[in-house]
Amino acid sequence: MSAIIEMKEVNKWFGDFQVLKDINLEVAEKQKIVVCGPSGSGKSTLIRCINRLEEHQKGTIVVDGNELSEKTKDIEKIRAEVGMVFQQFNLFPHLSILDNCTLAPIWVKKTPKKKAEEFAMRQLDQVQIADQAAKFPGQLSGGQQQRAALARALCMEPKIMLFDEPTSALDPEMIKEVLDAMVNLAKQGMTMIVVTHEMGFAKEVADEVVFMDEGMIVEKAKTKEFFDNPKNERTKLFLSQIL
Amino acid sequence: MNNINILKPNRENFKIFLYIGSTLVFLGIFDVFLRSFFNLNFVTFLPGIINFLFPLILGLAGLQMIRLEYSGLKSVDLINRSVNNNTFNAALTLSIIFLALLAIPPSLNWMILDANISGNTKEACAGSEGACWTYIKVWFRRFMYGMYPNEFHWRINVAFIILISFAFVGFFAKGKFKNYLTFYYAIAYPIIAFLIIYFLISGGSFGLEWVETNAWGGLSLTFIVSFFGLIFCFPLGMIFALGRRSELPMIRYISIGYIEFWRGVPLITVLFMSSVMFPMFLPADTFVDKLVRVVAAIVLFEAAYVAEVIRGGLQALPKGQYDAAKSLGMGYWKMQIFVILPQALKLVIPGIANTFLALVKDTPLIFVVGLSEVVGMLQMAKTNPKWLGYAMEGYIFASILFWAICYAMSKYSQYLELKYKTDR
Ligand SMILES: Nc1ncnc2c1ncn2[C@@H]1O[C@H](COP(=O)(O)OP(=O)(O)O)[C@@H](O)[C@H]1O
Ligand SMILES: [Mg+2]
Repeated sequence: MSAIIEMKEVNKWFGDFQVLKDINLEVAEKQKIVVCGPSGSGKSTLIRCINRLEEHQKGTIVVDGNELSEKTKDIEKIRAEVGMVFQQFNLFPHLSILDNCTLAPIWVKKTPKKKAEEFAMRQLDQVQIADQAAKFPGQLSGGQQQRAALARALCMEPKIMLFDEPTSALDPEMIKEVLDAMVNLAKQGMTMIVVTHEMGFAKEVADEVVFMDEGMIVEKAKTKEFFDNPKNERTKLFLSQIL
Repeated sequence: MNNINILKPNRENFKIFLYIGSTLVFLGIFDVFLRSFFNLNFVTFLPGIINFLFPLILGLAGLQMIRLEYSGLKSVDLINRSVNNNTFNAALTLSIIFLALLAIPPSLNWMILDANISGNTKEACAGSEGACWTYIKVWFRRFMYGMYPNEFHWRINVAFIILISFAFVGFFAKGKFKNYLTFYYAIAYPIIAFLIIYFLISGGSFGLEWVETNAWGGLSLTFIVSFFGLIFCFPLGMIFALGRRSELPMIRYISIGYIEFWRGVPLITVLFMSSVMFPMFLPADTFVDKLVRVVAAIVLFEAAYVAEVIRGGLQALPKGQYDAAKSLGMGYWKMQIFVILPQALKLVIPGIANTFLALVKDTPLIFVVGLSEVVGMLQMAKTNPKWLGYAMEGYIFASILFWAICYAMSKYSQYLELKYKTDR
């Protein structure tokens, strides 16, 4: 298995504050990784470095054969291959759901409008909100919005999907519909890195679980191993708190 | 029946209170009406100040009597809630009604009943107390077209009709052409407008006689200056707003410098400089028309304000919108054009409208370089020895014109706000 994402000795600072400390992480194609850890431990920053929404200052990050640095030309091209779903959905409120989904395919990938719309409708169907296509984001429930955001990312046909706490902003009764859509996606063989505290999802889908604390990867293990037999004291404490 | 306070309504007897109360209010208003319209005063037997306040006292007592919460009558509830919720507000309400009543007869007399519009000379107005609209009538063409030769006024009219028709193209665009509307309005339309004005109003070719911009004036010049001011200061302001938020220090500092410079100097100085100093920097034999220089000055000046208004909108957008656009692979311009600006501009419609209204109302300042739009022409007419003494009519006429233009713009901006409203 070749790694599609490779992070080596990655360090990042916000001013004087070090958010990421010597991060090493390899993700193989089709692998699913769940990242968990207390709030403020640097999980979001870690995955935002993978599509360079944040810049790291030391170490190397290679995504699908391209190294990310100031010198990277065409960062947009790499971003187009890496889909991302955010905690706050971040749909474009001035566009209908369908237009949200076709905007980037039409203008970034130059897909003809008709084709883009057909493809978008299929993605919306996959996440069960095809009937909401003409509505605006503000008219949808949180769960529907998050699924629309997922469909929007999928419309770019990404090789990798990043999720930053996709269910944390949702009411409990809507969490399942989003997780179901994600499980569905996992089954289709997508490479996924998911920051989440939904341990049920982790157990069902993840190949490996990463536990972060204070900017470091404290523990990284196969899913079963991670839950049944955590090595680190901090991991144990964390698991005891959220399980 | 004991312990009844006649000024305090109660629910059982509310009908009676309502009848008496509204009668009192009506009597108060009617009294002012009689005093104002017919100069009748029925209460002269009362001593001075009480006589003067009599209608107010009547009205207040009446309003006091109908002030009951949840009276059960919709209209009474509405009045109580909005204008009669305490004695102070009741007094304010009555005073406003009374003042309006007192102001109507004199202004009506002056503006219409005693006014004069016949004839073509000042003598027609002689001896009348009212306004002399004859003055406006005689000078009307000057107020509209400035010193532009009378026989060519049709050229200005035709130019404006064409311009307006081209502006409505957007309404008729269908299907595929809709995608090009932004391009049309942002780039094609200003060019078309310039050409039409150049060839038709300026003339000099196609057998049309050349008319110098010095002769242009009146309301048509107000429109021309405002029109070009508006369509050019908006895109320029947008560029500087983006520039001020750019991550490239060079571009950011240039934008900040530009905005702070133009916001720091008064428009009138800028206009002076555009006509006095600017030509000194040009090579000796180049010539830039005065009107073009003035419009350029106004555009540069107003763009700084527009930039700051738009920047306010840009800052109001959550960072997540940028994140989402970037994560989909959009570059800087695609992100700005499709995601950020549409939302930011929608937020700042009221602010932009504000700036645009200010621009229109600043156009009279071009008199400092010798160009006379409506107010300039007015100034000229009022100092004409044959027509001394009618400044008031002129200013009222100009106020009505400006008010109509600005009110229309304000209404249009409200319409746009509604049209582009989406819930977040
Ligand atoms: N743009 C930023 N500027 C400064 N500090 C930041 C910024 N973004 C995040 N941080 C800090 O970095 C730390 C890690 O943040 P984050 O990656 O969001 O953690 P998590 O997602 O695990 O909760 C936090 O202490 C946060 O305050
Ligand atoms: Mg986070």
